[in-house]
Amino acid sequence: MKRPLHRKIGFVVIILIIIIPMIFPFLWMFLSSFKTQVDIISWPPKFIFSPTLINFNKVFNEQNFLLYLKNSTIVGVLSVGFSLLLGLPAAYSIARFSQKRLSVLILVARLMPGISFLMPWYIVFSRLGLMDSYTALVLSHILIALPVVVWIMSSYFEGVPREMEESAMVDGATMQRAFVSIILPLSVPGIVTSTTLSFIFSWNNFMFSQVLSMEKTRTLPIAVYNFMSYAEVDWGGVMAAAVAIMTPAIILTMIFQKYVVKGLTMGAVKG
Amino acid sequence: MIKSGFFERNLKYIFPLPALIFVIALMVFPVVYTLILSFSEWTLTSGRPITFAGFSSYLKILKEPRFLDAVGRTFYFTVGAVAAEAVLGIIIALILNREFRGKNGLKFILLLPLVATPVAVGIVFNLFYDPTIGFLNYVLSLFHLPQSGWVTDSATVLPSLMAVDVWQWTPMIALIVLAGLAGLSSEPYESAKVDGASSSQIFFRITLPMITPTILTAVILRAVDALKTYDIIYAMTGGGPGYASETLNILAYKYSFEYFNLGQASSILVFLFLLVLLFSLGVMRLRKRFEL
Repeated sequence: MKRPLHRKIGFVVIILIIIIPMIFPFLWMFLSSFKTQVDIISWPPKFIFSPTLINFNKVFNEQNFLLYLKNSTIVGVLSVGFSLLLGLPAAYSIARFSQKRLSVLILVARLMPGISFLMPWYIVFSRLGLMDSYTALVLSHILIALPVVVWIMSSYFEGVPREMEESAMVDGATMQRAFVSIILPLSVPGIVTSTTLSFIFSWNNFMFSQVLSMEKTRTLPIAVYNFMSYAEVDWGGVMAAAVAIMTPAIILTMIFQKYVVKGLTMGAVKG
Repeated sequence: MIKSGFFERNLKYIFPLPALIFVIALMVFPVVYTLILSFSEWTLTSGRPITFAGFSSYLKILKEPRFLDAVGRTFYFTVGAVAAEAVLGIIIALILNREFRGKNGLKFILLLPLVATPVAVGIVFNLFYDPTIGFLNYVLSLFHLPQSGWVTDSATVLPSLMAVDVWQWTPMIALIVLAGLAGLSSEPYESAKVDGASSSQIFFRITLPMITPTILTAVILRAVDALKTYDIIYAMTGGGPGYASETLNILAYKYSFEYFNLGQASSILVFLFLLVLLFSLGVMRLRKRFEL
């Protein structure tokens, strides 16, 4: 069925009305990151200007941005890794033995505001001398990643037919053996979904690092925020920092788009 | 018969145990600790030890106008932002619910705000909102409209912050509803067409009732998250100007980590839990009812 031309054009216009507001902030951030402070504060706002790398140079060479990048990566990778280690067996057990209460507990962890754990953590971690340590940050970020893993994987495991591991067990394998060698390989798409999403949520988290980290383990969101706290905002620098922090998450989303959509629409949203 | 060892017989306890221990240590324990602190008087900076104080923290908080204002703002922010997201999200989903070239690219664009770092998003919007150099006041001036103070004016700060939340999270509702629409069976539509139903009849009598459970779940999940909004507010205004954008989360943060007034901070937190718990129960009820 072919649609008439004027309806096609109308549809394109409607799509543009949806897309432009979505994209414009990214575009403006990107453009501003290549502007000098003079170009940024000029009125009216400039779309045409001579681009400069001064902001990126400042972010990566004068600020300790590479350290924060490393910190964010370490915390993200470790917390997601541990969350998979803890979460995969738990999710499997929830799916196979219908452990409703456990799944509710994990759901509550997903829904609770982070600020409600932060004060007790602060007290305990400072007593233990763990402030500004990777340990404290990774532990806190596991609480972001674990619910995502359990939520996504338990419904994924429910979809894996029981016959798969039953036939392996008839062949003499133990249940834990069947889990590792049969179920997990079948669940790679689910694991990719939960890994990508929980890494992005850890990457974007601001509040936990704001309280638990200082100079040594500071993560990117805090570093970006700190750019704002000078008397006169260095807009170019902040925008370059914003570009730097968003690029990895956007690249991950580009690679794993299908999985990210699936994970988000399952309702396991935002850490 | 399959031989089963100790590990295997107790798999249903052993498999979830590490995760359970972790959640108890890092979530259940802090919540209980906060509950205890909320019945005590303890200011970290005072150097005095913790003392039992009954309901005094709660009474002090309930008499504190900043707390009551924060409760009001939190509801205003949540209801306003989520209502706008629901309406816009459903409209976008209905528009996109057809096959066209570039649909995948468009879905990618919808994902961008969802994965963008909230703190950075807040800062980018601060540049838009800046009263003297911001893009939005420039647009207003093009139409000869009066300039706005946006986040620097206590009259406009909350709607301005809500707009950022709407920008970031409308795509989530759109994607969830879109997934819901894709899963609908085509049968009712075919028989409706045979019966000669108009397209608005089809929407209100068939589509809407069928996707209502999806919409409700999406909206409640979103509401729980909106209730917790912290990053963009803290990054954009820090609760200001004055206290004009101080929501419960921001207030709890300040009581905890700026004033170190742990007793009263805990009673604010307990209030916040109860609120979230109430919403969460709503989520679970709905999931049960619609078997999602």
